[in-house]
Amino acid sequence: MYQFNYRKAASLVDAAAKLAEADDGMLMAGGQTLIPTLKQRLAMPSDVIDLGGIAELTGIEVSADAVAIGAMTTHAAVAASGDVAGTIPAVAKLAGGIGDAAVRNLGTIGGSLANSDPAADYPAAVLGLGATVKTDRREIAADDFFVDLFETALEEGEIIASVAFPVPKRAAYLKFPNPASRYAIVGVFVAETAGGVRVAVTGAGPCAFRVAEMEVALADSFAPEAIAGIAVPDDDLNTDIHAAADYRAHLIGVMAGRAVAAAQ
Amino acid sequence: MTGQGIGASVLRKEDQRFITGRGRYVDDIRLDHELFAVFVRAAVAHGTLRSVGTAEALAVDGVVAVYTGDDVAADELGPLPCGWMIHSVDGSEMKAPPHPVLAQGRVRYVGEAVAVVIGESLDAAKAGAEAVAVEIDDLPPVTAPAEAQAPSAPQLHEAAPGNLCYHWELGDAAATDAAVAGAHHVTRLAFANNRLIPNAIEPRAAIGAYDPGTGDLTLYTTSQNPHVARLVLTAFVGLAPEHKLRVVAPDVGGGFGSKIFIYAEETVCAWASKKIGRPVRWTADRSESFLNDAHGRDHVTEAELALCADGKFLGLRVRTTANLGAYLSTFASSVPTYLYGTLLAGQYTTPAIHVAVDAVFTNTAPVDAYRGAGRPEATYVVERLVEAAARDLGLDPVDIRRRNFIPPDAFPYETPVALVYDTGNYQASLDKALEMVDYAGFPARSAEAEARGRKRGIGFSCYIEACGLAPSKLAGQLGAGVGLFESAQVRMNPTGSVTVFTGAHSHGQGHETTFAQVVADKLGVAYDDVEVVHGDTGNVQYGLGTYGSRSLAVGGSAIVQATDKIIAKGRKIAAHKLGVGEDELAFEDGSYKVIAGNEFMTIQEVAFTAYVPFEYPDGLEPGLDEQAFYDPANFTYPAGTHICEVEIDPDTGVTEIVGFTAVDDFGRIINPMIVEGQVHGGVAQGIGQALLEHGVYEHETGQLVTGSYMDYAMPRADDLPDYAVDLTETPCTHNPLGVKGCGEAGAIGSPAAFINAVTDALGVRDIAMPATAQRIWNIVQNQ
Repeated sequence: MYQFNYRKAASLVDAAAKLAEADDGMLMAGGQTLIPTLKQRLAMPSDVIDLGGIAELTGIEVSADAVAIGAMTTHAAVAASGDVAGTIPAVAKLAGGIGDAAVRNLGTIGGSLANSDPAADYPAAVLGLGATVKTDRREIAADDFFVDLFETALEEGEIIASVAFPVPKRAAYLKFPNPASRYAIVGVFVAETAGGVRVAVTGAGPCAFRVAEMEVALADSFAPEAIAGIAVPDDDLNTDIHAAADYRAHLIGVMAGRAVAAAQ
Repeated sequence: MTGQGIGASVLRKEDQRFITGRGRYVDDIRLDHELFAVFVRAAVAHGTLRSVGTAEALAVDGVVAVYTGDDVAADELGPLPCGWMIHSVDGSEMKAPPHPVLAQGRVRYVGEAVAVVIGESLDAAKAGAEAVAVEIDDLPPVTAPAEAQAPSAPQLHEAAPGNLCYHWELGDAAATDAAVAGAHHVTRLAFANNRLIPNAIEPRAAIGAYDPGTGDLTLYTTSQNPHVARLVLTAFVGLAPEHKLRVVAPDVGGGFGSKIFIYAEETVCAWASKKIGRPVRWTADRSESFLNDAHGRDHVTEAELALCADGKFLGLRVRTTANLGAYLSTFASSVPTYLYGTLLAGQYTTPAIHVAVDAVFTNTAPVDAYRGAGRPEATYVVERLVEAAARDLGLDPVDIRRRNFIPPDAFPYETPVALVYDTGNYQASLDKALEMVDYAGFPARSAEAEARGRKRGIGFSCYIEACGLAPSKLAGQLGAGVGLFESAQVRMNPTGSVTVFTGAHSHGQGHETTFAQVVADKLGVAYDDVEVVHGDTGNVQYGLGTYGSRSLAVGGSAIVQATDKIIAKGRKIAAHKLGVGEDELAFEDGSYKVIAGNEFMTIQEVAFTAYVPFEYPDGLEPGLDEQAFYDPANFTYPAGTHICEVEIDPDTGVTEIVGFTAVDDFGRIINPMIVEGQVHGGVAQGIGQALLEHGVYEHETGQLVTGSYMDYAMPRADDLPDYAVDLTETPCTHNPLGVKGCGEAGAIGSPAAFINAVTDALGVRDIAMPATAQRIWNIVQNQ
């Protein structure tokens, strides 16, 4: 990797200040994307600002109707959390299925969301539950957060502080993994929430998106049969050597149906 | 000798160091004043090399030297040779265009080394490499073997018009054509054998260390055959005189063939060390491994099997185009010819066989031997055709094989494709495997799966391979550039322990254990008293290394021969000390015993006497240290039956392997545990090929799409079933241990068994490898 200044932030405010001071700074959460990128000399930041020591960014808080997860909480911590498993088991299960044990022990929810990899798992949960992303500046609704490939609503220098997931009546996430990377070729999160039924898809498009037609059908009848006939258009879906767009479109239907069954 | 000799599942000696992190690999070796090499590589698949500007790189802090193709040419280093001459059917020699150590005038595949930057640190060398200015005028690439010979295809080498390296044929064309023309039925298939990328867990690495004081050059390198590396680098590449080059291949973490070959990187490290006078080191990063380690397979084939109405095979006609990549790697030419065409008889009495192979150059990484090397491709052709023929004729796939097996009493059996099988019992392996899978119960299992919405299929593969490479004379007649014997030295130390020096090289096979078991058994000494030394031309007499499942059949036989010499010499010493004639002694359990008495002398006492020769036979040399070179009479012919059962989820195209049974005949077994491990690993690689792995180049650009684990799908534990593994045994007739070799069989037999199961489940004639979920879903959509 190229040389850079390593700077450890003490607080959210300190992190923002250090980022502002740097010529070309980058924030590091769990580093599970950034470190490999640096090692391959694909990024040349002047400063890397490590969020790892900021206590206020870590932890899980459960209330009657929401689970708030600090941005620097690792996937392993979410997967192992009895509080999460007891309120939104689908989120605990999703976290336990990200990457491998080494990734889960360092990777964080905030880092995953800020990166917005098109095949990451967490975006499906955030969008599927209608979560709220809290930053050092504001609150962003899930529906506004995911913009495009590796692009979110986060502004220059804005830092995610936590994510608040509303507790649904029922929810499930099912992933069809890429045989090589085990990232999602298609991952579908379905949830029946106080605000209605939501169906969110990751892996298939440039970023996570919802399937309105399925949501309407499931609101009517929350059963796999209700969406069996719904064909998702493949126009904007990804194609690669592992899965063509039409196959991904088909898998959205299969995974959605299985997720609905799992959420019963 | 308590149950640690031949036939015992002794735990592996080498695992203590491997599983406690104390293995010593090339990258673990640190030398004083060492420098780091970083290679500048072609970023395009094909182009004219206009210039390589080094001035800016040389100005980078910490950069010591930058070398290009011009420097290599000026020093007359290379080119890298191909060690196996193949003649086209018209008698002409194969086209072997120069394979430069660093590119000269043209680049021909993405990743080809164009320059090297030597720095005081890895970072300095990397910074220097980024500052090398490479100017290339792009040329259109060709990557697919089927397109290489098109009139419009880009031409890679002036010396190889039409991108053709050779057109090789084997077998009786007229008899085969007649058999096909007159047959009751002809089963035809056209398929590809997909390109694989080897992916040893340890990437390749090298350290060149020149001693200006003595003129000695030492090369530490990840090699499966250090003596071959020394021979090639000295006799052909011109690196140093043979007696001044020492090649050390210490612990090596997997090879699968990819570490047989002589590559640019180790050559450059040794050469640069000599130029600079300091050690120069390089360790591939994983991206370099993907781009530059010689790939495997990559055939396209049309094959026809002619049959009688009763399923008896009449003739087999095969046309293959084999992709050699951009340059001929060290043994590339032998793989789609003598390691492929010769195996097309399989286990069957097919009377007429003809194979024609076009070997072509393309803008891809060189292709060479990879676990199985030609034999997986041959088995795939035969066993896919046989299964398809059974379905064509409405015969049971088991019955059609039984009708065509070479019967056990027909050995030695001469095939129509130049081999003489010494022994075998194919029926026995098949019968045992059928018992293990409950073949009769398959229809019920299939119906039960269907009720769950799943498609269940069963597939067979009755493979044969030729290994134990092999008789030097025969190899020489077929074009080999080196002899193919093996050497061993067995040294009884004065205190009675034994040091064994072998020219075979262990990079995962467990030779330190297996060979020690053989010697302990033969000499009647404790297994723990036997140490096996390998991998260093500085202390091992000679050797040809490990590939082609040859180590035990050839290297082990050499060890037995040397051990026999030890026992014979010891007999003279014991007879003298005991005051009897040599023929009055029996050697049993490590002692020379007087047959007609109670006196005896242990081999340890004999060894001590040999080194303290006070009471000693007149005229006998002191010492107990014997060497042997073993050149076998024939290949060995492991064979067996693999049966695969799969269930397919038609909604997703996902295949689950619900059963995999392998019954192999490897001849006599030294360590059953190690053999079972070899089968597991081989089957995993075969299933990897058939289900997951595929080296893909982008058609338009020649870029390697599967250049990392993000896209190259390696098999993982949860992709694979619990294997059922068993053995039958017909001992090899021509080596002293009766052993055949087990390292590649799993990768040879399993792809056809898997694809036969998938096509059975789907009710289709063919599916391309790898049979990915996407491909299966496409088929299901069209049904």
